[in-house]
Amino acid sequence: MSAPIAAVNDFVVKFANVNGSGSASANGLFVKAILRMGVPVSARNIFPSNIQGLPTWYEIRVSGHGWLGRRGGVDLMVAMNPQTWDRDVGEIEPGGYLFYDSTKPMPADRFRADINIVGIPLTALCNAAYVEPSKRKVLKNIIYLGALTYLLGIERGVVEALLAEEYASKPALIPANIEALQIGFDHARAELKPLGLQLRRSDKVGKRIFVDGNTAAGLGAVYGGATVCAWYPITPSTSLAEAFISYCKKLRHDSETGEARYAIVQAEDEIASIGIVTGAGWNGARAFTCTSGPGISLMQEFIGLSYFAEIPAVIFDVQRGGPSTGMPTRTQQSDILSAAYASHGDTKHVLLLPEGPNECFEFGALAFDLADRLQTMIFVMLDLDMGMNEWLIDPFDWDHDRVLDRGKVMTAEMLEAGADFGRYKDVDGDGIPYRTLPATHPSKGSYFTRGTSRDPYARYSEEGAVYVDNMERLLRKFDTAKTIVPAPIVRNAPRKTSYGVIYYGSTSPAMDEALAQLEAEGLAVDALRIRAFPFAGEIFDFIAAHDLVFVVEQNRDAQLRALLINEGGVDPARLVKVLNYDGSPITARFIKAELAKGMDMAKPRAGEMVR
Amino acid sequence: MTYIAKPEFHHPSLKANALGFTRRDYEGKVSTLCAGCGHDSISAAIVQACFEIDLEPHRLAKLSGIGCSSKTPDYFLGASHGFNTVHGRMPSVLTGANLANRDLIYLGVSGDGDSASIGLGQFAHAMRRGVNMAYIVENNGVYGLTKGQFSATADKGSKSKKGVVNSDSGIDLVGLALQLGATFVARSFSGDKEQLVPLIKAALRHKGAAFIDVLSPCIAFNNHKGSTKSFDWVREHNEAVNRLDVMQGRMAVRAKYEPGSLTEVTQHDGSVLLLRKIAEDYDPTDHVGAINYLQQAHAAGEIVTGLLYVDPEAEDLHDALGTVKRPLNALSDDELVPSAAALDKINAALR
Repeated sequence: MSAPIAAVNDFVVKFANVNGSGSASANGLFVKAILRMGVPVSARNIFPSNIQGLPTWYEIRVSGHGWLGRRGGVDLMVAMNPQTWDRDVGEIEPGGYLFYDSTKPMPADRFRADINIVGIPLTALCNAAYVEPSKRKVLKNIIYLGALTYLLGIERGVVEALLAEEYASKPALIPANIEALQIGFDHARAELKPLGLQLRRSDKVGKRIFVDGNTAAGLGAVYGGATVCAWYPITPSTSLAEAFISYCKKLRHDSETGEARYAIVQAEDEIASIGIVTGAGWNGARAFTCTSGPGISLMQEFIGLSYFAEIPAVIFDVQRGGPSTGMPTRTQQSDILSAAYASHGDTKHVLLLPEGPNECFEFGALAFDLADRLQTMIFVMLDLDMGMNEWLIDPFDWDHDRVLDRGKVMTAEMLEAGADFGRYKDVDGDGIPYRTLPATHPSKGSYFTRGTSRDPYARYSEEGAVYVDNMERLLRKFDTAKTIVPAPIVRNAPRKTSYGVIYYGSTSPAMDEALAQLEAEGLAVDALRIRAFPFAGEIFDFIAAHDLVFVVEQNRDAQLRALLINEGGVDPARLVKVLNYDGSPITARFIKAELAKGMDMAKPRAGEMVR
Repeated sequence: MTYIAKPEFHHPSLKANALGFTRRDYEGKVSTLCAGCGHDSISAAIVQACFEIDLEPHRLAKLSGIGCSSKTPDYFLGASHGFNTVHGRMPSVLTGANLANRDLIYLGVSGDGDSASIGLGQFAHAMRRGVNMAYIVENNGVYGLTKGQFSATADKGSKSKKGVVNSDSGIDLVGLALQLGATFVARSFSGDKEQLVPLIKAALRHKGAAFIDVLSPCIAFNNHKGSTKSFDWVREHNEAVNRLDVMQGRMAVRAKYEPGSLTEVTQHDGSVLLLRKIAEDYDPTDHVGAINYLQQAHAAGEIVTGLLYVDPEAEDLHDALGTVKRPLNALSDDELVPSAAALDKINAALR
């Protein structure tokens, strides 16, 4: 028997539940209670593509230090699902705890000798207290919440206050829930001792908010001035559209007439979604769709039209495990290449790579300015981990003096003043032409938009030289994009080092922790977080300044690394792949181990030439 | 597709409409379709219709998919913005354009391959959403640009130019549009401008999804014996149910019509549709009746033309969405970006 793990405000709890059993609400309360005690938490829902019956997990990391990535390993398993018992028990760290329903005796060989067993006769307690099946199902979860409240030292008053808030609209349910909480609490107090894992009130949460990236991006679209949303339901992006709908209902109705300052269409498929977005963008509205990998595949033809006909549009791609239907409820960063080079012919697209809900909000708004400014498709690349899990982040912030950048739109006044309007003419040398919106002027500024080749005045042309001129201008426009997309963020190690690491997206929290761990062990690595494609020059400067650069990604084929090699002509030998793509979010333990191993292997051995 | 502009010169006696525009002001570039193509007659009918309803050319947006018919928006309304989109996907693009600015008139031009084959889904959903538009399918039953393959509207048993007999059932877009909830449904023939022009006028002024299926024989690939989309076949089997006159405002002149032979329908914008009955007992406001009539006529081998159905009280997608009266693309930052206080409240709710 290993010594029981003892820790205050620093441990991992995993709930193993059955999908559709009503556990999500109890687990959510558990997390919120810890946050209300001022202790930072990150929570990740690991769920199946199913409504009822399949296994689902909720992994909670309590970190008084504020590390919000996945740590790896489980200190307390709340094993509520017999289907996954063996696997769940196996995951517990030596000296960890197994909390289970002891109503039915379990054979001794189903346990482990090196962990602490905490049994509570949940079903028996629940059935003794409640007769109705629906109550038995739901309140059983609250009973285990009550028991955990005692065992982990959660303040009971905090949980009771949360229950009252949760059911504020259905107050009749409050007493029953408080009672269930008490049943679990009292039983645990009478029969068990508090665990070695304990929570203590702290002040580490502050003003931070707890929110998922899809909600943040939906809100970003509202602040970014989006008025048209066309979408098709697909996990894990659905809640982004739903957040936009919900915030629009609150924030975008005319206070006098009640009329909507937005239009949302649930389209028949992803092709129609992006078609509607393209039409709206062509006609001067800020429009977006949200989807995931399979949707991006369907939208390819329109993405090329947007690129070539230069129509502003925004796609939020909440990435999941591919290819094909893949792992629709698991996270990956595996659409990087398919988005960057989407569609047939020579195309390249702007990608924004948010690291979490704050940047989902920020980039969610910025994407519309960039789309109008660059007159092209802008991808905002979320993933399931940041999109569907609630993260503890700084409050949303918005500069209220900010003006929406509508880009180069030629007005009737400019046309009247004699402007020489050529829809695809590069007047400023930045590769970005002016556009007119339909009905701008009775006799000037109309043009015919087409996906076929044309001259700077939008006149159909199949002449090779005219085509090439236009394609070269599109490259100049892409160069301009480099200067206005979010710049990379560099974090240098305390001392000079020849090692670098490049990462992006939801890897951030785990990377923050891994870098601190490496530093504590005296290993120095400079880090650069990429926030957009096309790549700024300083990304290649960073690579050039280091002998070896790890590229940490959550996909199999090292897609961002491939993009770096292709776009920057980087020697592949200098870029070391560090890949986590099993569908669960990357952990600090994994990153630290891979980087430490890589640095060790790269060390000059006796007799080797020093590099 | 052409860059050849027509000369602007015109005869001084050319009639002007109420806006002072002549018919020439509604024309576009020189057509590059085959000489004698039915589609060019439809373009001419669109020009005529827009001229007659005193439309400001720039207040219309013309959208199309891909194919011979979808090229035609370049050949009319040169002062309008046009958008030659993606094969089969014009309906979604038009829907988005309409959402962005509800104040313009939207004209969708498509073909039978574009709307009934690759684009059948988008056709259906645009109709059922009630997008405010006039949607014209220039229907010749054949792929012209790729030289003569059957499209989905080709009738079963119809013979291709190469002698192949079509074994698939033909799709009747008019029947579909009716079933899907289009609120203005008509069929016409490119060779009958007198019938077609008033239908286009009425469709442009209709609020809601207006659909016109125009049989438009392909003289290059589908005008032979054995085809059911040839000039001869359509002329022989054309059974018009009514003749339409569109009166603007309230100046309907009734005197010249026989009592009982006239149906009068006032559309949402005040335009009055005067329908001279040809088929007895045909009521174009009877939805179920129209569907039944079409099925029976189809079984009898007739091609029913005319204004087949109209719902003058129709609502459109904007009504359903409750959007503001002003175009969404004209809203200011203040109307779109919520306040600082709103964000504080949102943050507070997430703690």
